[in-house]
Amino acid sequence: MSPLSLSAEQLTKRFDHFTAVEGVSFSVQRGEIYGLLGPNGAGKTTTIRMLLGLLRPTAGQGTVLGYDIVRQPEEIRRRVGYVSQKFSLYPDLTVAENFNFYAGVYGVARRSISARRGDTLALVGLADQEPVRAASLPGGARQRLALACALAHQPDFLFLDEPTAGVDPISRRALWDLLYALAASGTSILVTTHYMDEAENCYRLAFIYQGRIVAEGTARDMKEQQMQGQVVELDCEPLDRALTILRQAHLFDEAALYGSTIHAIGPDAQAALVQLPGLLADQGVTLHSAEVIAPSLEDVFITRLRHVDQSVHSPA
Amino acid sequence: MIAIRSLTKRFADAVAIADLTLDVGEGEIFGLIGPDGAGKTTTLRVIATAMAPTAGRVAVAGHDVVREAETVKTLIGYMPQRFALYPDLTVLENLNFFADLFGAPRAERRTQIERLLTFARLSDFGARRAQNLSGGMQKKLALAATLMHRPRLLLLDEPTTGVDPVSRREFWDLLTQVHLDGVTIVITTPYLDEAERCNRVGLMHRGRLIACDTPNALRARIGATVIEAQVSPAVAARRLVEHQTGVLSASAHGDSVRLILDRAERQADIMAAWQAHGITPGNVRIVRPRLEDVFVLMLEKP
Repeated sequence: MSPLSLSAEQLTKRFDHFTAVEGVSFSVQRGEIYGLLGPNGAGKTTTIRMLLGLLRPTAGQGTVLGYDIVRQPEEIRRRVGYVSQKFSLYPDLTVAENFNFYAGVYGVARRSISARRGDTLALVGLADQEPVRAASLPGGARQRLALACALAHQPDFLFLDEPTAGVDPISRRALWDLLYALAASGTSILVTTHYMDEAENCYRLAFIYQGRIVAEGTARDMKEQQMQGQVVELDCEPLDRALTILRQAHLFDEAALYGSTIHAIGPDAQAALVQLPGLLADQGVTLHSAEVIAPSLEDVFITRLRHVDQSVHSPA
Repeated sequence: MIAIRSLTKRFADAVAIADLTLDVGEGEIFGLIGPDGAGKTTTLRVIATAMAPTAGRVAVAGHDVVREAETVKTLIGYMPQRFALYPDLTVLENLNFFADLFGAPRAERRTQIERLLTFARLSDFGARRAQNLSGGMQKKLALAATLMHRPRLLLLDEPTTGVDPVSRREFWDLLTQVHLDGVTIVITTPYLDEAERCNRVGLMHRGRLIACDTPNALRARIGATVIEAQVSPAVAARRLVEHQTGVLSASAHGDSVRLILDRAERQADIMAAWQAHGITPGNVRIVRPRLEDVFVLMLEKP
């Protein structure tokens, strides 16, 4: 098998009045965890649905595991696992019954279901929960059961749409350990998320906004090369007065409280930093320190989007 | 603004809050974090007078939440996880409704609604039905409704869960404004990067407050060194060192590995282990621990 597990080329989906996805291209290697990151309505789910062959692209093409998304959707669906945002577990059924049901749906041979169930539930840490009803599982365990159900037929590719919304950090970490184990054994994974710290776990990721990919690369690349502007951490007092001054002075695009410091973001922080000490001192604010710090992925994302919005809305 | 003394809340089959003592100062942004079922929501409900404590006392601005519940209600704005906007009412109708509900004075109602619409950046959407607003806009409308009677204390239960990053930033921008107006804010959140924005953070686990301090002090308290190194393949590099002495936590992030070490000197052992297996890390650096690191270390500690 080729090491390329997924390729999307210029995928586009238009509905009556709007374009949900436009010219989206990316690829996923075998054993890679690839993240699609973006706000609600950016086109993440539409992209996944096209790749699963559930929605026909208006233009562009793609393959998953070597199969064409338009001509061979059944081949794809047989070989992939999909945990959608609204993955429906049956709350009244037990863990084991839910698994058996999905194994049946995915066409796992009846005689192998029980062995698969043992293996998969052990993998996701639910081996001792077989008789528990899905409704009584905590949020994190329910997510792992959904993942187990999607893994029933040993798919080579796993699609996860917002897998950890509302799951606490410890459970999220457990889920990611699982995803790493799957990837290490050769499963390719495409995950959509709007948790920024989760996006950092992906090998590579793409920011999708208004249907287009606006940045792509590793999280490190994004932070080091693709940030528009800088983040400055200001240690000063009184904090509230400093914040008010910053928000009125427009030296930065944004100024926000972070614990006992202020984070200010602007396209040219160095220039702003020249003016800042005088401005604060005039109004009785003591500035202890001001240093440029590494941006978070969310900082990169937000500034990137601001930049995109400006280039869209400003006259040509 | 809030004084909680030995608060305990028991349900038929579980202890939701166990002997919680906590003070929140006037004008603070205080974050309550913890895994599901830690007791965060129950704590907010008790402060909001929506639920009576089993034992202990809670006072808001000196008023007892049980004996003076009516007074407390006028002081607080409580936004539960599923804030009940009326989906088929417009933005304006919703705000008017909540103005009635919270007894906002008639005379200033119109200016207050206008002020809140501008504040929430919803002025252009007054005639739109709540159900036709985006998720982020619904949260902003709920916040506006909660602020209708000018509360001095705002209680927010996971207000940004399921909200996209752009709307989340905007929501925090609004909270900053509320904070600058002098309102005290208590917020629960599963997003730990959001907790970084709070003046102080309380970490709850199984009904108990296991740590409470400023984000920087919490970071200092774990006394650990966090390093990041660019390595390939990251998963294998992580596996090589995850059980080494002094490695408290190891995770792979794309093309890099993040390690939490009990002492900075352990770094040399890590490099040696990798080199012995032909892995040459690039760009090794010490980074600031995230609140997530603090959270995981404190909860995993036996």
